[in-house]
Amino acid sequence: MGRSTHIALLRTWLESRGHAVLDTGMTRSVLAGRGIKEAKTGHTLGPLTMQLFYATDFIDRLEQEMLPALRSGFIVLTDRYIYSAMARAEVRGIDSAWIRSIYGMSLMPDDVFYLRIPSARQLVARVLSSGRRFDYWESGMDLHLGEDLYDSFIQYQTRMLKVFDRMSVEYKFHVMNASRSVRSVAADLRRSVAKVIDDPIAEGVSQTTIKTKPTSEPTPKQALVPSQEKLEKTAGH
Amino acid sequence: MISYGNHRFPGKLFVVEGTDGSGKSTQLALLYQWLKAEGYPVFFSEWNSSPLVKNTTKRAKKRHLFTPATFSLLHATDFADRTERDIIPPLKAGAIVLADRYSYTAFARDVARGCEGEWVREVYKFAVKPNVAFFFRAPLDVAIDRIVSGRPHLKYYEAGMDMGWSSDSEESFTVFQGKILEEYDRMVDEFGLTVIDATRSIEQQQLEMRKIINQHLRRRRSKLH
Repeated sequence: MGRSTHIALLRTWLESRGHAVLDTGMTRSVLAGRGIKEAKTGHTLGPLTMQLFYATDFIDRLEQEMLPALRSGFIVLTDRYIYSAMARAEVRGIDSAWIRSIYGMSLMPDDVFYLRIPSARQLVARVLSSGRRFDYWESGMDLHLGEDLYDSFIQYQTRMLKVFDRMSVEYKFHVMNASRSVRSVAADLRRSVAKVIDDPIAEGVSQTTIKTKPTSEPTPKQALVPSQEKLEKTAGH
Repeated sequence: MISYGNHRFPGKLFVVEGTDGSGKSTQLALLYQWLKAEGYPVFFSEWNSSPLVKNTTKRAKKRHLFTPATFSLLHATDFADRTERDIIPPLKAGAIVLADRYSYTAFARDVARGCEGEWVREVYKFAVKPNVAFFFRAPLDVAIDRIVSGRPHLKYYEAGMDMGWSSDSEESFTVFQGKILEEYDRMVDEFGLTVIDATRSIEQQQLEMRKIINQHLRRRRSKLH
Protein backbone atom coordinates (compact mmCIF):
# COMPACT_ATOMS: atom_id res chain seq x y z
CA MET A 1 0.00 0.00 0.00
CA GLY A 2 3.05 2.21 0.31
CA ARG A 3 2.21 3.55 3.74
CA SER A 4 5.79 4.24 4.72
CA THR A 5 6.57 5.85 1.36
CA HIS A 6 3.64 8.20 1.76
CA ILE A 7 4.45 9.06 5.34
CA ALA A 8 8.02 9.91 4.35
CA LEU A 9 6.75 12.11 1.51
CA LEU A 10 4.22 13.83 3.73
CA ARG A 11 6.79 14.48 6.38
CA THR A 12 9.20 16.11 3.97
CA TRP A 13 6.44 18.20 2.53
CA LEU A 14 5.13 19.31 5.91
CA GLU A 15 8.58 20.18 7.17
CA SER A 16 9.33 22.16 4.07
CA ARG A 17 6.25 24.21 4.87
CA GLY A 18 7.49 24.83 8.38
CA HIS A 19 5.52 22.29 10.36
CA ALA A 20 7.21 20.18 12.99
CA VAL A 21 6.42 16.53 12.47
CA LEU A 22 6.66 13.41 14.56
CA ASP A 23 6.29 10.18 12.71
CA THR A 24 5.73 6.92 14.43
CA GLY A 25 4.26 3.53 13.69
CA MET A 26 3.29 0.16 15.00
CA THR A 27 6.01 -1.77 16.86
CA ARG A 28 8.28 1.25 17.01
CA SER A 29 8.01 1.86 20.75
CA VAL A 30 11.13 1.93 22.90
CA LEU A 31 9.39 -0.26 25.42
CA ALA A 32 7.90 -3.10 23.41
CA GLY A 33 9.06 -2.80 19.78
CA ARG A 34 11.98 -5.13 20.06
CA GLY A 35 10.06 -7.63 22.18
CA ILE A 36 7.27 -7.87 19.61
CA LYS A 37 9.73 -8.46 16.81
CA GLU A 38 11.44 -11.17 18.84
CA ALA A 39 8.13 -12.79 19.72
CA LYS A 40 7.19 -12.85 16.04
CA THR A 41 10.29 -14.73 15.01
CA GLY A 42 8.81 -17.81 16.64
CA HIS A 43 5.38 -19.28 16.13
CA THR A 44 4.18 -19.43 19.69
CA LEU A 45 2.64 -16.00 19.99
CA GLY A 46 -1.01 -16.55 20.88
CA PRO A 47 -3.77 -14.16 19.79
CA LEU A 48 -4.43 -12.63 23.23
CA THR A 49 -0.76 -12.19 23.97
CA MET A 50 -0.25 -10.60 20.57
CA GLN A 51 -3.05 -8.11 21.13
CA LEU A 52 -1.79 -7.04 24.51
CA PHE A 53 1.79 -6.77 23.32
CA TYR A 54 0.62 -4.44 20.55
CA ALA A 55 -1.47 -2.47 23.00
CA THR A 56 1.59 -2.01 25.22
CA ASP A 57 3.54 -0.79 22.22
CA PHE A 58 0.76 1.61 21.30
CA ILE A 59 0.23 3.11 24.74
CA ASP A 60 3.97 3.56 25.20
CA ARG A 61 4.14 5.54 21.96
CA LEU A 62 0.99 7.44 22.85
CA GLU A 63 2.22 8.49 26.27
CA GLN A 64 5.89 8.97 25.51
CA GLU A 65 5.81 10.29 21.96
CA MET A 66 2.47 11.27 20.50
CA LEU A 67 0.93 13.17 23.40
CA PRO A 68 4.05 15.18 24.23
CA ALA A 69 4.45 16.01 20.53
CA LEU A 70 0.84 17.11 20.18
CA ARG A 71 1.13 19.21 23.30
CA SER A 72 4.06 21.06 21.83
CA GLY A 73 2.29 21.71 18.56
CA PHE A 74 3.72 18.97 16.37
CA ILE A 75 1.83 17.23 13.65
CA VAL A 76 1.85 13.52 14.35
CA LEU A 77 1.85 11.06 11.49
CA THR A 78 1.41 7.48 12.48
CA ASP A 79 1.79 4.47 10.26
CA ARG A 80 -1.23 2.52 11.48
CA TYR A 81 -3.14 3.36 14.60
CA ILE A 82 -5.48 1.34 16.74
CA TYR A 83 -7.60 0.26 13.77
CA SER A 84 -5.07 -2.22 12.41
CA ALA A 85 -4.83 -3.82 15.81
CA MET A 86 -8.61 -3.93 16.08
CA ALA A 87 -8.94 -5.50 12.64
CA ARG A 88 -6.38 -8.18 13.39
CA ALA A 89 -8.13 -8.96 16.63
CA GLU A 90 -11.48 -9.25 14.94
CA VAL A 91 -10.18 -11.56 12.24
CA ARG A 92 -8.83 -13.73 15.04
CA GLY A 93 -12.18 -13.99 16.74
CA ILE A 94 -11.34 -11.82 19.71
CA ASP A 95 -14.11 -9.95 21.47
CA SER A 96 -14.13 -6.51 19.85
CA ALA A 97 -15.64 -4.81 22.89
CA TRP A 98 -12.63 -6.01 24.87
CA ILE A 99 -10.16 -4.58 22.36
CA ARG A 100 -12.00 -1.28 22.22
CA SER A 101 -11.94 -0.84 25.95
CA ILE A 102 -8.22 -1.56 26.09
CA TYR A 103 -7.64 1.19 23.56
CA GLY A 104 -10.25 3.36 25.24
CA MET A 105 -7.61 5.84 26.35
CA SER A 106 -6.44 6.64 22.83
CA LEU A 107 -7.19 9.86 21.00
CA MET A 108 -9.49 10.13 18.03
CA PRO A 109 -7.24 11.14 15.13
CA ASP A 110 -8.01 14.31 13.21
CA ASP A 111 -8.11 12.21 10.06
CA VAL A 112 -7.56 8.59 9.14
CA PHE A 113 -6.37 7.92 5.60
CA TYR A 114 -7.21 4.45 4.45
CA LEU A 115 -4.94 3.52 1.57
CA ARG A 116 -7.17 0.95 0.04
CA ILE A 117 -6.15 -1.86 -2.28
CA PRO A 118 -9.32 -3.45 -3.63
CA SER A 119 -8.35 -7.12 -3.44
CA ALA A 120 -5.99 -9.58 -1.82
CA ARG A 121 -4.69 -10.54 -5.27
CA GLN A 122 -3.57 -7.00 -5.93
CA LEU A 123 -1.82 -7.06 -2.59
CA VAL A 124 -0.01 -10.20 -3.66
CA ALA A 125 1.23 -8.38 -6.75
CA ARG A 126 2.63 -5.69 -4.46
CA VAL A 127 4.38 -8.20 -2.23
CA LEU A 128 5.96 -9.84 -5.26
CA SER A 129 7.07 -6.63 -6.92
CA SER A 130 8.63 -5.39 -3.71
CA GLY A 131 10.84 -8.48 -3.64
CA ARG A 132 9.74 -9.31 -0.11
CA ARG A 133 8.75 -12.78 0.93
CA PHE A 134 5.34 -13.71 2.22
CA ASP A 135 5.46 -13.06 5.92
CA TYR A 136 4.10 -15.65 8.35
CA TRP A 137 1.96 -13.15 10.28
CA GLU A 138 0.92 -11.02 7.31
CA SER A 139 -0.34 -14.23 5.80
CA GLY A 140 -2.26 -15.06 8.96
CA MET A 141 -0.57 -18.45 9.16
CA ASP A 142 -1.46 -18.64 12.86
CA LEU A 143 -5.09 -18.99 11.78
CA HIS A 144 -4.49 -22.11 9.67
CA LEU A 145 -6.57 -20.78 6.81
CA GLY A 146 -4.72 -22.36 3.94
CA GLU A 147 -2.22 -24.97 2.95
CA ASP A 148 0.65 -22.62 2.32
CA LEU A 149 1.67 -19.00 2.69
CA TYR A 150 0.03 -17.98 -0.55
CA ASP A 151 -3.38 -19.55 0.12
CA SER A 152 -3.34 -18.32 3.65
CA PHE A 153 -2.35 -14.81 2.58
CA ILE A 154 -5.29 -14.58 0.19
CA GLN A 155 -7.76 -15.83 2.78
CA TYR A 156 -6.40 -13.69 5.56
CA GLN A 157 -6.06 -10.46 3.61
CA THR A 158 -9.53 -10.88 2.14
CA ARG A 159 -10.92 -11.06 5.66
CA MET A 160 -8.85 -8.08 6.75
CA LEU A 161 -10.10 -6.07 3.79
CA LYS A 162 -13.67 -6.82 4.72
CA VAL A 163 -13.12 -5.66 8.30
CA PHE A 164 -11.32 -2.50 7.17
CA ASP A 165 -14.11 -1.67 4.74
CA ARG A 166 -16.65 -1.97 7.50
CA MET A 167 -14.55 0.07 9.91
CA SER A 168 -14.02 2.74 7.27
CA VAL A 169 -17.72 3.54 7.51
CA GLU A 170 -17.96 3.24 11.27
CA TYR A 171 -14.93 5.43 11.98
CA LYS A 172 -15.29 7.66 8.90
CA PHE A 173 -11.96 6.82 7.32
CA HIS A 174 -10.84 8.96 4.47
CA VAL A 175 -10.70 6.25 1.79
CA MET A 176 -8.02 6.63 -0.87
CA ASN A 177 -7.59 4.43 -3.85
CA ALA A 178 -4.03 3.22 -3.41
CA SER A 179 -3.88 1.39 -6.74
CA ARG A 180 -3.01 4.68 -8.41
CA SER A 181 0.49 6.04 -8.94
CA VAL A 182 2.47 7.15 -5.89
CA ARG A 183 2.42 10.67 -7.30
CA SER A 184 -1.31 10.93 -7.48
CA VAL A 185 -1.92 9.36 -4.07
CA ALA A 186 0.69 11.69 -2.56
CA ALA A 187 -0.97 14.74 -4.08
CA ASP A 188 -4.28 13.63 -2.71
CA LEU A 189 -2.80 13.11 0.74
CA ARG A 190 -1.19 16.55 0.73
CA ARG A 191 -4.44 18.22 -0.19
CA SER A 192 -6.33 16.40 2.54
CA VAL A 193 -3.71 17.03 5.20
CA ALA A 194 -3.56 20.70 4.25
CA LYS A 195 -7.27 20.96 4.94
CA VAL A 196 -6.95 19.37 8.37
CA ILE A 197 -4.09 21.61 9.46
CA ASP A 198 -5.54 24.71 7.86
CA ASP A 199 -2.64 25.20 5.52
CA PRO A 200 -3.35 27.76 2.77
CA ILE A 201 -2.65 25.16 0.11
CA ALA A 202 -6.13 23.92 0.84
CA GLU A 203 -7.64 26.99 -0.75
CA GLY A 204 -5.32 26.68 -3.65
CA VAL A 205 -3.52 29.88 -2.67
CA SER A 206 0.09 29.79 -3.67
CA GLN A 207 2.08 31.89 -1.30
CA THR A 208 5.32 31.68 0.53
CA THR A 209 4.08 32.65 3.96
CA ILE A 210 4.14 29.73 6.27
CA LYS A 211 1.17 29.14 8.43
CA THR A 212 1.81 26.79 11.25
CA LYS A 213 -0.66 24.91 13.27
CA PRO A 214 -1.45 26.76 16.50
CA THR A 215 0.95 25.67 19.17
CA SER A 216 -1.60 25.71 21.94
CA GLU A 217 -2.92 22.56 23.54
CA PRO A 218 -4.16 20.18 20.85
CA THR A 219 -7.87 19.87 20.57
CA PRO A 220 -8.14 16.23 19.78
CA LYS A 221 -11.57 15.27 18.71
CA GLN A 222 -13.26 12.92 21.04
CA ALA A 223 -11.40 9.80 22.01
CA LEU A 224 -12.74 6.39 21.16
CA VAL A 225 -14.42 5.75 24.45
CA PRO A 226 -13.26 8.07 27.18
CA SER A 227 -11.25 11.21 26.74
CA GLN A 228 -7.79 12.33 27.45
CA GLU A 229 -8.67 12.87 31.07
CA LYS A 230 -9.23 9.17 31.30
CA LEU A 231 -5.73 8.57 30.07
CA GLU A 232 -4.26 10.90 32.62
CA LYS A 233 -6.27 9.22 35.32
CA THR A 234 -5.45 5.72 34.19
CA ALA A 235 -1.86 6.58 33.74
CA GLY A 236 -1.82 8.16 37.14
CA HIS A 237 -0.37 11.47 35.97
CA MET B 1 -14.88 -14.71 20.82
CA ILE B 2 -12.21 -15.58 23.34
CA SER B 3 -13.32 -14.78 26.84
CA TYR B 4 -13.06 -17.52 29.39
CA GLY B 5 -14.67 -16.63 32.68
CA ASN B 6 -16.07 -19.64 34.54
CA HIS B 7 -14.22 -22.55 33.07
CA ARG B 8 -15.61 -25.95 32.19
CA PHE B 9 -12.30 -27.62 31.64
CA PRO B 10 -11.73 -30.97 33.33
CA GLY B 11 -8.72 -29.63 35.25
CA LYS B 12 -8.65 -27.45 38.36
CA LEU B 13 -7.07 -24.09 38.88
CA PHE B 14 -5.88 -22.99 42.32
CA VAL B 15 -4.16 -19.67 42.81
CA VAL B 16 -2.39 -17.93 45.67
CA GLU B 17 -2.37 -14.19 46.19
CA GLY B 18 -1.14 -11.80 48.83
CA THR B 19 1.37 -9.06 49.48
CA ASP B 20 5.07 -9.74 49.29
CA GLY B 21 6.21 -11.57 52.40
CA SER B 22 2.84 -13.18 53.09
CA GLY B 23 4.30 -16.66 52.67
CA LYS B 24 2.11 -17.64 49.72
CA SER B 25 4.91 -19.10 47.58
CA THR B 26 6.05 -21.33 50.43
CA GLN B 27 2.51 -22.61 50.84
CA LEU B 28 2.10 -23.24 47.13
CA ALA B 29 5.34 -25.21 46.98
CA LEU B 30 4.10 -27.43 49.81
CA LEU B 31 0.83 -27.91 48.04
CA TYR B 32 2.64 -28.90 44.88
CA GLN B 33 4.60 -31.59 46.68
CA TRP B 34 1.50 -32.99 48.28
CA LEU B 35 -0.55 -33.14 45.08
CA LYS B 36 2.33 -34.77 43.22
CA ALA B 37 2.68 -37.36 45.94
CA GLU B 38 -1.06 -38.01 45.69
CA GLY B 39 -0.49 -38.83 42.06
CA TYR B 40 -2.16 -35.86 40.37
CA PRO B 41 -0.76 -34.30 37.24
CA VAL B 42 0.25 -30.87 38.53
CA PHE B 43 1.35 -27.86 36.58
CA PHE B 44 2.96 -24.85 38.17
CA SER B 45 2.71 -21.34 36.75
CA GLU B 46 4.15 -18.19 38.18
CA TRP B 47 3.74 -14.46 37.71
CA ASN B 48 6.05 -12.80 35.18
CA SER B 49 7.19 -16.01 33.58
CA SER B 50 6.34 -15.66 29.91
CA PRO B 51 9.36 -16.48 27.76
CA LEU B 52 8.07 -14.06 25.11
CA VAL B 53 7.75 -11.07 27.41
CA LYS B 54 10.54 -11.63 29.92
CA ASN B 55 13.28 -9.69 28.14
CA THR B 56 11.05 -6.69 27.53
CA THR B 57 10.03 -6.51 31.18
CA LYS B 58 13.59 -6.89 32.36
CA ARG B 59 14.85 -4.14 30.10
CA ALA B 60 11.99 -1.80 30.96
CA LYS B 61 12.53 -2.25 34.67
CA LYS B 62 16.22 -1.66 34.37
CA ARG B 63 15.81 1.48 32.27
CA HIS B 64 12.72 2.74 34.12
CA LEU B 65 10.63 2.86 30.96
CA PHE B 66 7.27 2.12 32.52
CA THR B 67 4.32 4.37 33.19
CA PRO B 68 1.49 2.89 35.27
CA ALA B 69 -0.49 2.16 32.09
CA THR B 70 2.31 0.40 30.22
CA PHE B 71 3.40 -1.41 33.39
CA SER B 72 -0.13 -2.75 33.58
CA LEU B 73 -0.37 -3.67 29.90
CA LEU B 74 2.97 -5.44 29.69
CA HIS B 75 2.14 -7.51 32.75
CA ALA B 76 -1.20 -8.33 31.15
CA THR B 77 0.70 -9.43 28.04
CA ASP B 78 2.81 -11.72 30.20
CA PHE B 79 -0.29 -13.07 31.87
CA ALA B 80 -1.99 -13.65 28.50
CA ASP B 81 0.95 -15.74 27.37
CA ARG B 82 0.79 -17.71 30.62
CA THR B 83 -2.92 -18.23 30.05
CA GLU B 84 -2.56 -19.38 26.46
CA ARG B 85 0.54 -21.48 27.09
CA ASP B 86 0.55 -22.73 30.69
CA ILE B 87 -2.98 -22.52 31.99
CA ILE B 88 -5.54 -23.44 29.37
CA PRO B 89 -3.79 -26.43 27.75
CA PRO B 90 -3.12 -28.25 31.08
CA LEU B 91 -6.64 -27.45 32.30
CA LYS B 92 -8.06 -28.92 29.12
CA ALA B 93 -5.86 -31.95 29.64
CA GLY B 94 -7.31 -32.42 33.12
CA ALA B 95 -4.31 -31.32 35.15
CA ILE B 96 -4.24 -29.31 38.34
CA VAL B 97 -2.75 -25.90 37.70
CA LEU B 98 -1.20 -24.02 40.59
CA ALA B 99 -0.63 -20.33 39.98
CA ASP B 100 1.62 -18.16 42.09
CA ARG B 101 -0.08 -14.78 41.68
CA TYR B 102 -2.92 -14.22 39.29
CA SER B 103 -4.95 -11.37 37.85
CA TYR B 104 -5.72 -10.11 41.37
CA THR B 105 -2.08 -9.12 41.72
CA ALA B 106 -2.57 -6.76 38.80
CA PHE B 107 -5.82 -5.44 40.21
CA ALA B 108 -4.08 -4.66 43.49
CA ARG B 109 -0.80 -3.27 42.18
CA ASP B 110 -2.01 -1.35 39.15
CA VAL B 111 -4.81 0.31 41.05
CA ALA B 112 -2.38 1.16 43.85
CA ARG B 113 -0.36 2.85 41.08
CA GLY B 114 -3.35 4.92 40.07
CA CYS B 115 -4.81 2.94 37.16
CA GLU B 116 -8.57 2.76 37.08
CA GLY B 117 -9.86 -0.44 38.65
CA GLU B 118 -12.53 -0.87 36.04
CA TRP B 119 -10.07 -0.59 33.17
CA VAL B 120 -7.61 -3.09 34.66
CA ARG B 121 -10.41 -5.59 35.27
CA GLU B 122 -11.51 -5.20 31.67
CA VAL B 123 -8.00 -5.80 30.35
CA TYR B 124 -7.86 -9.10 32.27
CA LYS B 125 -11.30 -10.23 31.24
CA PHE B 126 -9.85 -13.20 29.37
CA ALA B 127 -8.52 -14.75 32.60
CA VAL B 128 -9.85 -18.18 33.51
CA LYS B 129 -11.70 -18.01 36.81
CA PRO B 130 -9.84 -20.05 39.44
CA ASN B 131 -11.59 -22.83 41.34
CA VAL B 132 -10.12 -21.39 44.50
CA ALA B 133 -8.18 -18.17 44.96
CA PHE B 134 -6.37 -18.07 48.30
CA PHE B 135 -5.49 -14.72 49.73
CA PHE B 136 -2.73 -14.88 52.32
CA ARG B 137 -3.45 -12.02 54.58
CA ALA B 138 -0.63 -10.72 56.73
CA PRO B 139 -0.80 -7.42 58.61
CA LEU B 140 1.25 -4.74 56.92
CA ASP B 141 4.03 -4.59 59.52
CA VAL B 142 4.53 -8.36 59.48
CA ALA B 143 4.80 -8.52 55.69
CA ILE B 144 7.14 -5.56 55.50
CA ASP B 145 9.34 -6.95 58.21
CA ARG B 146 9.66 -10.28 56.38
CA ILE B 147 10.69 -8.59 53.13
CA VAL B 148 12.93 -5.87 54.43
CA SER B 149 14.87 -8.19 56.73
CA GLY B 150 15.29 -10.80 54.01
CA ARG B 151 16.62 -8.59 51.24
CA PRO B 152 19.67 -6.39 50.81
CA HIS B 153 17.73 -3.75 48.92
CA LEU B 154 14.31 -3.16 47.40
CA LYS B 155 13.96 -2.86 43.65
CA TYR B 156 12.68 0.33 42.02
CA TYR B 157 9.24 -0.80 40.85
CA GLU B 158 8.84 -3.28 43.67
CA ALA B 159 9.12 -0.40 46.11
CA GLY B 160 6.81 1.77 43.99
CA MET B 161 9.60 4.32 43.56
CA ASP B 162 8.14 5.30 40.18
CA MET B 163 5.23 6.94 41.99
CA GLY B 164 7.33 9.49 43.84
CA TRP B 165 5.67 8.85 47.19
CA SER B 166 8.99 9.01 48.95
CA SER B 167 12.64 9.11 48.00
CA ASP B 168 13.38 6.53 50.66
CA SER B 169 12.78 3.09 49.20
CA GLU B 170 11.70 1.48 52.44
CA GLU B 171 9.23 4.24 53.14
CA SER B 172 7.91 4.12 49.58
CA PHE B 173 7.58 0.34 49.83
CA THR B 174 5.53 0.71 53.00
CA VAL B 175 3.15 3.20 51.37
CA PHE B 176 2.83 1.00 48.29
CA GLN B 177 2.21 -2.21 50.22
CA GLY B 178 -0.38 -0.44 52.35
CA LYS B 179 -2.31 0.57 49.24
CA ILE B 180 -1.97 -2.92 47.80
CA LEU B 181 -3.32 -4.49 50.97
CA GLU B 182 -6.31 -2.15 50.86
CA GLU B 183 -7.05 -3.28 47.31
CA TYR B 184 -6.78 -6.94 48.28
CA ASP B 185 -9.18 -6.44 51.17
CA ARG B 186 -11.65 -4.84 48.78
CA MET B 187 -11.39 -7.83 46.45
CA VAL B 188 -12.24 -10.46 49.07
CA ASP B 189 -15.97 -9.96 48.57
CA GLU B 190 -15.82 -8.87 44.96
CA PHE B 191 -14.15 -12.10 43.81
CA GLY B 192 -14.87 -14.42 46.71
CA LEU B 193 -11.23 -14.83 47.68
CA THR B 194 -10.53 -17.44 50.35
CA VAL B 195 -8.68 -15.67 53.13
CA ILE B 196 -5.89 -17.51 54.93
CA ASP B 197 -4.51 -15.95 58.08
CA ALA B 198 -0.84 -15.74 57.20
CA THR B 199 0.25 -15.11 60.79
CA ARG B 200 -0.47 -18.68 61.85
CA SER B 201 2.11 -21.47 61.63
CA ILE B 202 3.11 -22.77 58.22
CA GLU B 203 1.68 -26.20 59.11
CA GLN B 204 -1.70 -24.83 60.16
CA GLN B 205 -2.04 -22.81 56.98
CA GLN B 206 -1.09 -25.78 54.83
CA LEU B 207 -3.57 -28.00 56.58
CA GLU B 208 -6.36 -25.54 55.94
CA MET B 209 -5.45 -25.24 52.27
CA ARG B 210 -5.37 -28.99 51.81
CA LYS B 211 -8.78 -29.35 53.41
CA ILE B 212 -10.29 -26.84 51.03
CA ILE B 213 -8.60 -28.28 47.98
CA ASN B 214 -9.60 -31.80 48.94
CA GLN B 215 -13.25 -30.80 48.68
CA HIS B 216 -12.72 -29.80 45.07
CA LEU B 217 -10.82 -32.92 44.22
CA ARG B 218 -13.24 -35.28 45.93
CA ARG B 219 -16.09 -33.75 44.04
CA ARG B 220 -14.20 -34.38 40.88
CA ARG B 221 -13.40 -37.99 41.76
CA SER B 222 -17.01 -38.81 42.51
CA LYS B 223 -18.04 -37.21 39.25
CA LEU B 224 -15.57 -39.33 37.33
CA HIS B 225 -16.66 -42.67 38.83
